[in-house]
Amino acid sequence: MIQINVNGEKKECPAGTSVSELLESLDIDKRYVAVEVNLKVVPRTQLSEKKLQENDSLEIVTFVGGG
Amino acid sequence: MEDSVLKLGKYKFNSRLFVGTGKYQTLDIMKEALDASGAEVVTVAIRRANIGGKSGESLFDHIDKEKYTILPNTAGCYSADETVRTALLAREMGISDMIKLEVLGDEKTLLPDPIETLKATEILVKEGFTVLVYTSDDPIVAKKLEDAGATSVMPAGAPIGSGQGILNQNNIRIILESLSVPVIVDAGVGTASDVSIAMELGCKGVLLNTGIAIAKDPVKMARAMKLACESGRLAYLSGRMPKKLYAKASSPLKDF
Repeated sequence: MIQINVNGEKKECPAGTSVSELLESLDIDKRYVAVEVNLKVVPRTQLSEKKLQENDSLEIVTFVGGG
Repeated sequence: MEDSVLKLGKYKFNSRLFVGTGKYQTLDIMKEALDASGAEVVTVAIRRANIGGKSGESLFDHIDKEKYTILPNTAGCYSADETVRTALLAREMGISDMIKLEVLGDEKTLLPDPIETLKATEILVKEGFTVLVYTSDDPIVAKKLEDAGATSVMPAGAPIGSGQGILNQNNIRIILESLSVPVIVDAGVGTASDVSIAMELGCKGVLLNTGIAIAKDPVKMARAMKLACESGRLAYLSGRMPKKLYAKASSPLKDF
């Protein structure tokens, strides 16, 4: 297992987990989110290819109501 | 009277009212209000997704993406860097390359930080975004934002969420005179007449959220805002009579 940080919370996942797999394990609908790993946006097309490393810091964002 | 469509970069809209999706009591009321407003563009904000258990209802289950163009905002950003990051994330959502750019100066006034706003505009224009930029009603800053490549400059009528209407019509008029990109009043609009005033001045559109969302009957208010936007636009296109100090009778006064 590796340690990662997701939206400010410490999490663990198996080594070699992709961003896409992490989203699934967190029960997050991929259609409505964008992901940043270590302050860099991960293009939608690369969510399955991008593998997470020890101590990666993720921001997973979505749209909410706003003006 | 025929009106031309509103062009914002590659986008074209018939409705000149832009509405937000925040502060509604329920998503069902929001959906009905959006529909009643006749808006074709709706704004949304970007926040951390909930990672603790169920994600619950998504805003997008209630917004028809075929019907509306989504305009993500960068609300809550206080620096150009943060704003650019937020905009890049918004675009990666794959729904829109328009951005309502706002960089705030402080939490109390929610007034824009003009220096960071200008910096972020320059960067996001280079990145290929269709930038609709929120600013104060300062004509000099507005002009600099146009020069930086903003697709639309959006001065506040009054502070965000204050519902005070168009506080400085003179500044809005100066902005309208000196800019050639579409000027859209964004923020501060409280009721229908505020929308009409903005449109009568010659603004190309009005963006509002709170005025509809926290009205007692948001759906009715949405319709009022729609009609006000249309009538203000029509009055502008019609060319109003000049204001005069003294009376001038409408009926003949002699020759009975």
